[in-house]
Amino acid sequence: MGLLNKLDDPFEGGGVLLGTVEDVLNWGRSKSDWYLHFGLACCAIEFMAMNASHFDFMRFGTIPRTSPRQADFIMITGTVTLKMAERIKILWEQMAEPKYCMSIGSCSNSGGPYWEHGYHVLKGVDRIIPVDVYVPGCPPRPEAMQEGMVKLQKMISEQAIFNKRKRMAEIDKQNEIK
Amino acid sequence: MAEKKTFEMEYSKVDTERMRLNVGPQHPSTHGVLRLEVELDGEIVTEVVPHMGYLHRCFEKHCEAMTYPQCIPYIDRLDYISSMNNEWPYVMGVEKLMGIEVPERVEYIRVIMAELNRIANHQIAVATFGLDAGAFTPFLYYFRDREEILAILEKASGGRLLYNYFWVGGLAADVHPTFKQECLDVIKHIRATNAEVTNLLIYNKIFIDRTANVGILPADVAINFGCSGPVLRGSGFPLDLRRAEPYSIYDRFDFNVVVGKGEVGTLGDCWDRNIVRMGEMEESCKIIEQAIAQMPDTGDVQEKLPKKIRIPKSEILSRAESPKGDLGFYIVGNGTDKPERLRCRATSFINLSVLPEISKGYMIADLILILGSIDIVLGEVDR
Amino acid sequence: MQTEKIFDTLTKKFGNDVTPILEAAPSEPFILVKADKIYDVCLFLRDNSELDFDYMMCLTGVHQKPDLGVVYHLYSIKHKHKIVLKTFVSIDAPNVPTVERIWRSADWHEREAWDMYGINFEGHHNLIRILCPYDWEGFPLRKDYVTPEEYHGMRVPY
Repeated sequence: MGLLNKLDDPFEGGGVLLGTVEDVLNWGRSKSDWYLHFGLACCAIEFMAMNASHFDFMRFGTIPRTSPRQADFIMITGTVTLKMAERIKILWEQMAEPKYCMSIGSCSNSGGPYWEHGYHVLKGVDRIIPVDVYVPGCPPRPEAMQEGMVKLQKMISEQAIFNKRKRMAEIDKQNEIK
Repeated sequence: MAEKKTFEMEYSKVDTERMRLNVGPQHPSTHGVLRLEVELDGEIVTEVVPHMGYLHRCFEKHCEAMTYPQCIPYIDRLDYISSMNNEWPYVMGVEKLMGIEVPERVEYIRVIMAELNRIANHQIAVATFGLDAGAFTPFLYYFRDREEILAILEKASGGRLLYNYFWVGGLAADVHPTFKQECLDVIKHIRATNAEVTNLLIYNKIFIDRTANVGILPADVAINFGCSGPVLRGSGFPLDLRRAEPYSIYDRFDFNVVVGKGEVGTLGDCWDRNIVRMGEMEESCKIIEQAIAQMPDTGDVQEKLPKKIRIPKSEILSRAESPKGDLGFYIVGNGTDKPERLRCRATSFINLSVLPEISKGYMIADLILILGSIDIVLGEVDR
Repeated sequence: MQTEKIFDTLTKKFGNDVTPILEAAPSEPFILVKADKIYDVCLFLRDNSELDFDYMMCLTGVHQKPDLGVVYHLYSIKHKHKIVLKTFVSIDAPNVPTVERIWRSADWHEREAWDMYGINFEGHHNLIRILCPYDWEGFPLRKDYVTPEEYHGMRVPY
């Protein structure tokens, strides 16, 4: 039994895997996340470097999409200005559920170096859209962005799909009571 | 038959009204968050109106509240592809206003760092220009080589992209012991890749067909618009600050000012602007080799400075040749440790202003190429 | 041409409208021009064959309390000489003639100066905001500017 044989036939003689449908769906979802191609500022250059030959982001199963309708998650790479914030909100609303957001770099986390006198800088993209993963750094190294991707994959693979609607209905009810 | 006839009649009544199309701010080929409002007659561009400010980060307001050394990280973030070149005119201006001279070793290290960063910038420019024209391979080649340059800059400064390495009166830290050898090694790789890309992309017939005779910019128009750098030199006008007004120690090096010659099309087209960048990479390699040969092995990298950097009531427009062109900082001191006014003469901002002029009458696919050949960085356009 | 010589040529032509101010190095000497004469001075500087300032390096708005000002950095590619022009206007009526028709590069620079300082360039064909949103209020780089609390429902301060 060499390695190649094992690759051809991983479950010798046809095996049975036990698991929930949720696990299978989450496994599929987490390993093929397509992201919205969206560069804003300095972090976008590191983001380009991450996409290129040396770091090869596509081995995570991620493919850049230019349309928000085809994307699973959005990467906010850079400073969000007030002028841009409205566009980001539109893009976010155009994306289909389930959708995730990754905030890359100090600027989109909290305003970064522009927090004090930035009259035209939004201090954190989480003021307009919900963020799932924050990657710190100014700019973060490509390795840090990949770490963020791993975190996002982990988050997706542990999500509960079928009870989501039920839970959301409960949350909505609570909000109404408030 | 009757049906066909009606179809022909309707066809002859096709509406020919002009269409206004919005490109950006979220668009992969506008090189950032630029928004172009394009008026189209069929596929022909009749008017382009750029809308900027989607990355306006209030740089000038910040600098008025920061001390002189604290401004340097913000200046890094203007043209984030070539940070070393950005810092240089600023620290040079502050040093001139304070009346200090930096040690010779510092000047050599600054030249080498700036030229390495110029190569890294032109690699991105040519790679993304190829990407705009539909060639993906040079992008992968150049980003592979760029990592080697970034490794050197990272070892010296600690940052991959934004360095904060040129300080007022010297450098943040001395270079590592293997610096010279690493530079010589990386130059070999740069030259090999450039030769490969020249064959693969630059003289490729498809690429020439796409870029020659597109976006023609005559030299007198370029000067009137205040263009500089490869955009002006691509039109055949040899204005390079390193040669025209040699700052630092650029008068000690032997290099050519690369200009466009209209080799495959008209003078000043997209292909010419691109070939200038290819040529400048080679010239930068030459400068680095000479600088490494002349550089003293030991010496201080930081001039003695007062504890607080104060600038008397004076002002200067300090300029240097960044990869995008003539980058200037207008520094006004008021006797305190904070600048009264700091303005960046942003090269990309001025070069971009020529886009509506040169893109009229071309196809919309060519508009993307013209924009790519100007090589803008939105951080510098919007500041 | 030497800076003093350029200043002489200008004072001969324009008399009291221009005031040369020579400052000690490293500060650059500049020439103070009355605001309403800036167009004539600039046209003369560009078209005179001995001066030939064909390249506008920089146009900067400044706020030196209490006045607003505009600083022009000009350069001649042919003769390789430079000159700095300055003009100051009161903050209540900041009107300066445009030089957009002399150097096309002034177009966006003037829009930026309007955006940041509210300097009104008379005769500019399209004087609208360039960096801030079109509905922005106030002129951010004035020294007495206060950051707004809210913009389109988004909180601005940290």
